[in-house]
Amino acid sequence: MRSLKVRREVDARVQEDMRQFPDLIACMSCDTLTRRPRLSRAEIAICPVCGGVLLRAAKSVQQLAALSITAAVLWLLANVMPMLGIDLSGRHSQTTLWGSVLSFTNHLTAPMGVVVALALIVLPALQIGILCWLSFFALAGRRAPLFNELMRAWDGMHAWSMVEVGMLGILVSYVKLKGLFDVDVGIGMWAMAGLAIVLTLIVPRDVRALWHQLDAAGAA
Amino acid sequence: MSAVTRAAEVGLLACHVCGLVQSADGSRARTCPRCEAELRVRKPRSLSRSWALWCAGLVCYVPANVLPVMHTMSLGDTNGGDDSTIMSGVIQFWQTGSQEIAILIFLASILIPSTKFVVMAALLIQAGRRPSSGRMPVRSVGSLRWYRFLEIIGHWSMLDVLVVGLVTAVVQFRGVSEAEPRIGILYFGMVVIFTMLATQSFDPRLLWDRR
Repeated sequence: MRSLKVRREVDARVQEDMRQFPDLIACMSCDTLTRRPRLSRAEIAICPVCGGVLLRAAKSVQQLAALSITAAVLWLLANVMPMLGIDLSGRHSQTTLWGSVLSFTNHLTAPMGVVVALALIVLPALQIGILCWLSFFALAGRRAPLFNELMRAWDGMHAWSMVEVGMLGILVSYVKLKGLFDVDVGIGMWAMAGLAIVLTLIVPRDVRALWHQLDAAGAA
Repeated sequence: MSAVTRAAEVGLLACHVCGLVQSADGSRARTCPRCEAELRVRKPRSLSRSWALWCAGLVCYVPANVLPVMHTMSLGDTNGGDDSTIMSGVIQFWQTGSQEIAILIFLASILIPSTKFVVMAALLIQAGRRPSSGRMPVRSVGSLRWYRFLEIIGHWSMLDVLVVGLVTAVVQFRGVSEAEPRIGILYFGMVVIFTMLATQSFDPRLLWDRR
């Protein structure tokens, strides 16, 4: 019944030549129109028709900035410090994240090296960099230079950044190697674990919320 | 009139980047006034793109499972080392007592990719035969759950690629114990990428659009 009201309202406003409806949401999965609710902390809005998540109470800009900086430090450690090391009769061998990329490149499998480099190193770095840049300007209530471009880029990268999968990959590799060698876990792995958690906390809806937040701030 | 108002029915669309709901008429600028993204009512050529990527993934699926993904050799091997495939990796974990890891790899590398093919095909067929009434069919809600499930689990299949990368990077004791990636892992990675792209190209709103 509420949607009927939405429909009449839309019809009325279209006749008044309104083009934009920032107070409405169209579900990305089923196209159902609903009114944008005001959410308090930890609340989510669910589409009444298909059950998809429409909106999530976004993290504050301060939280976003703090998470971004943490992610940047962890990213640095995860990339510089060794991940895994093994010992075999007195000889030691260890690898960093970059080492596992290079391991593909000497063979016909080189394209997978590019994919792993993008998924675990390059895209997370770009995402974190963009988040730091956007959230620091947002702290001052401003849209950062290149806001539109960077927000769109962040959105496009998100599906392909796979730090959490990489983390699981390290654990599986650890178990695989443990049967054959003495395995030691490096600082890089702990940093990677932390990074996986921090990046999982920053969900796309937190970032997308900046569109609305900064729009509203600019209009006010 | 149905109780639910869909954006397309009242001439509105939501920008796929920033979500701003706006009128969809073709006479105005085709970029979003807020984020400058190109506007579209539905994902462009969604069905044919998804089908094409689905087929590309299926083509890679066979070599991904048949060809070896990793080659290991250790001192004393007389036959020049061992090749392992995706499935033999799972079996090896099971036999060496790491059943949990065996199940994990089985899920990520075998069950998830094959499920993706079946579910994507079902969704694409269903979206190809749209309801003529425009009413939201109950079955579409169920299909949508499957679609969201695919979106969430899709990239976890990359697990095996990363494991091969790490293991071959660290097991490098020249002449004593060495590991190298093999071509199968390239095909396997392509399966994951193609199926992820197929999922992304699919527009779930097509499931209940009027013909």
